[in-house]
Amino acid sequence: MLKNFFPNKILSINSKVIINLVILMIIIVFIGFIYALFISPPDYIQGDSVRIMYVHVPSSFIAIGCFAFIGIASIFNIIFKVKFLSLMAKSLAPVGCVFTLVSIVTGSLWGKPTWGVWWAWDARITSMVILFCFYTVYILAWKFSGNFEKGNKISSIIGIIGLLNLPIIKYSVDWWNTLHQPSSITLTSAPTIHYTMLVPLIVMLIGMTIYCLVVFLMKYKTEVMKIKLDKQKDFK
Amino acid sequence: MLNKKVKSRFFFLTLFLGLAALVISLIFAKLEDNVVYFFSPTEIYNKSGISFNKKIRVGGLVKKGSTNKENSSINFIITDLKNEIIVSYQGIVPNLFSEGKGVIAEGVLKDKKFFIADKILAKHDENYMPPEVSDALEKSE
Repeated sequence: MLKNFFPNKILSINSKVIINLVILMIIIVFIGFIYALFISPPDYIQGDSVRIMYVHVPSSFIAIGCFAFIGIASIFNIIFKVKFLSLMAKSLAPVGCVFTLVSIVTGSLWGKPTWGVWWAWDARITSMVILFCFYTVYILAWKFSGNFEKGNKISSIIGIIGLLNLPIIKYSVDWWNTLHQPSSITLTSAPTIHYTMLVPLIVMLIGMTIYCLVVFLMKYKTEVMKIKLDKQKDFK
Repeated sequence: MLNKKVKSRFFFLTLFLGLAALVISLIFAKLEDNVVYFFSPTEIYNKSGISFNKKIRVGGLVKKGSTNKENSSINFIITDLKNEIIVSYQGIVPNLFSEGKGVIAEGVLKDKKFFIADKILAKHDENYMPPEVSDALEKSE
């Protein structure tokens, strides 16, 4: 499957694939919104403000997932010098960064009606802000490093250091007392969300993941084209 | 397949990640008091050398039947089912504040059993369900 992401293959991806993905995304997100905003019930203590969860939780998942990919790609790049992986990571960073911001903003909007405050410096929220900083620095490292080789090296180091932040985000709610509630969906036990709320959450997660994939594919294609153009210039 | 360079890079990276993880965990162990958002009544009870004029946060459950509203002030007990702290607060509590649910109070300790809050936050747990399901659960209890 990974072979389809090789730089030479990606250029042959028909723009129809992307358009089809966009149509699929619109349908799924539309169903997700209808389900999340109208069909799913209000929460027994939070009432309707629980509906913010259907955007907040998927964007947090995607934000963390994207950085996990960036970190692992950086490791492979440092050890084995697999360059196309770090090109993929570079293309994934902006959309991951946006989802981190969405997660923080929606979290703040959710905090006011439930906790009573817009913002609190608890471990979960702070570590999420740090993730946003890592994304920003990662993107800037690519932008301001001049050439590909240098940018590749610096950004990979940032990606690997940032990887250490991910377990802190994940376990912050278990290790320390936080205002943020513990995870409802874990690998080890049954979700503590009623299925009428879990279904729209998963639908939204699928829809937003497809959006992430679309933006990534477009960006990745552009990055590959840029490199090819640079190489052609060098020959002339 | 793996040549020498790859092996040494792998070795250094593992060493670096291991050291970094160690350093981070040591820092967090040392800064525990600054990382936690609030203390439970038991933690306050066991703490020595606690400062009574510094702002801290206490968190736990609002004890059932302990809230006492008078005009604009409210008194209630925060419990972690082992120890309790009486909290006094002037002002409006968040909508989600209710007995038996999570709460965090920000303010100063008067003594180890009495707390004057200037801010109340509601903390909710990781359970989400429709009201009918919660009613049905309560009935079956």
